[in-house]
Amino acid sequence: MSLLRKQHSVLPGFGLSLGFTLAYLGLIVLVPLSAAFLKTAGMSWADFVAAVASPRVMAAYRLSFFASLAAASVNAFFGLIVAWVLVRYAFPGKRILDALVDLPFALPTAVAGIALTAIYAKNGWLGQWLEPQGVKIAFTEIGVFVALTFIGLPFVVRTLQPVLEELQPELEEAAASLGANRWQTIARVLLPELFPALLTGFALSFARALGEYGSVVFISGNMPMRTEIVPLLIITKLEQYDYRGATAIAVVMLTASFGLLLLINLIQKWSRRHHRV
Amino acid sequence: MAVVVTSTLVKPRALAGAPLRATQDPRWVRWLLTGIALGFLAFFLLLPLAAVFGEALRRGVGAYFAAVGDADALASVKLTLIAALISVPANVVFGVAAAWCIAKYSFRGKSLLTTLIDLPFAVSPVISGLIYVLVFGAQGWLGPWLIEHDVKIIFAVPGIVLATTFVTFPFVARELIPLMQAQGSEEEYAAITLGANGWQTFWRVTLPNIKWGLLYGVILCNARAMGEFGAVSVVSGHIRGETNTMPLHVEILYNEYNFVGAFAVASLLAVLALVTLVLKSIVEWRHAHAHVQAHAR
Repeated sequence: MSLLRKQHSVLPGFGLSLGFTLAYLGLIVLVPLSAAFLKTAGMSWADFVAAVASPRVMAAYRLSFFASLAAASVNAFFGLIVAWVLVRYAFPGKRILDALVDLPFALPTAVAGIALTAIYAKNGWLGQWLEPQGVKIAFTEIGVFVALTFIGLPFVVRTLQPVLEELQPELEEAAASLGANRWQTIARVLLPELFPALLTGFALSFARALGEYGSVVFISGNMPMRTEIVPLLIITKLEQYDYRGATAIAVVMLTASFGLLLLINLIQKWSRRHHRV
Repeated sequence: MAVVVTSTLVKPRALAGAPLRATQDPRWVRWLLTGIALGFLAFFLLLPLAAVFGEALRRGVGAYFAAVGDADALASVKLTLIAALISVPANVVFGVAAAWCIAKYSFRGKSLLTTLIDLPFAVSPVISGLIYVLVFGAQGWLGPWLIEHDVKIIFAVPGIVLATTFVTFPFVARELIPLMQAQGSEEEYAAITLGANGWQTFWRVTLPNIKWGLLYGVILCNARAMGEFGAVSVVSGHIRGETNTMPLHVEILYNEYNFVGAFAVASLLAVLALVTLVLKSIVEWRHAHAHVQAHAR
């Protein structure tokens, strides 16, 4: 308790609520997570490198990284348009559409996975028209990208919406009255204001895509070296009872995710300061 | 000042051929952007949703209800409900306790604690399952002891509950912390000053103030708890009728090429998702309403 020195407060329950919070956090989150790091710490460096840098694992990193990057980029572009339309324009059905943006958060990932496969497979809803044209989506890298775009869709929209709502109309009016045309106003006044939120949304969408499993495994076809994502590789190693190999890859992924989380926090801190000035 | 007031009252956009306001886009831009947004959302949201119900009903209503009423399907529904009924209340108690100590007191390490609470969101679902295997699995820290005492956690219901609790861990807390911070503690101080004890203050003052935020967190937490796939997949062992939750049962049926069965169970989960979105919208609306009323007072 000496470390967590509290200010004097008349409200009771500090010890009880903090104690429970720390105990629950420790038991459910921190102790199990540390198990992954400790298990890997017991490996020799050569074993670790062999586990996390074999050609098959490298191919999975590449696919996970570039498919997530592409999905987050597409979501940043269309998310900006969707957020703009939902905040600025009026049209029938807008409230329903606004609520529906959260569907990828609410729909279980396995359901999304089989639904996307039913659409893009060879005899699927769109696949039966696309495959004769030579466009293969299911069981290719593009399929992975489509699934990751679906699950990352709400992030950019939801981080941009509140910022767009709070933008002062005076900003645009001032720009216009000083002689800027609409494009100049958007490029030089609006986009710099929106940029921190856009970047946050992009990073959140990217981070979610890196770890995604359920929606991808059905549509990707899971071919080693080609359409195998990193989380699937962890499952494969577990099924072969290669716990050390699985954990070593997990530690690489955890390090990347925590790095991203830190980056997102820094962006938000920076944007708050930027806003105050 | 008077000039500004009149100009807003006249509403220039109502006049035909009047120049656009600085915040307005030309009509063709509005149509184009709305079209792109609607097309993107229809393609990525409505089409998959339609595919779930379309595929589920492909062989007719009879086949659909036969698939939903299947014994293994019902067992998976039951297990999903059990997992949610344990993990959601556990995370509610945690969320309230965490929000109470973070919002009502100041202490060192508070921002670190807030960051740590969000940690499970940054962890891949597969890794969320893996870490429990490392603790409770046969090869894990507690494995030998558990085997000796004949306690099954991994490949059994407790493992599923633990993994579900982990992935839904932050939902309630992250809803309540900013809400209780924004509300401040004046009403609680008043209650204590008037002689209420801690529990009375919580039940009669704090809880009524945070009820919409709490409900919002519970709705999101429950949706994720019932729909979680990756984490539960690692710890479940996939024993039909015993350790299969609904999303896992969808996978098994799908891999057996029983597409009607898979999509029928998936359609139940899709309905759950739609109900979640409706409830969420209602709570958002009520919450905003309550907020406005509180400010009007």
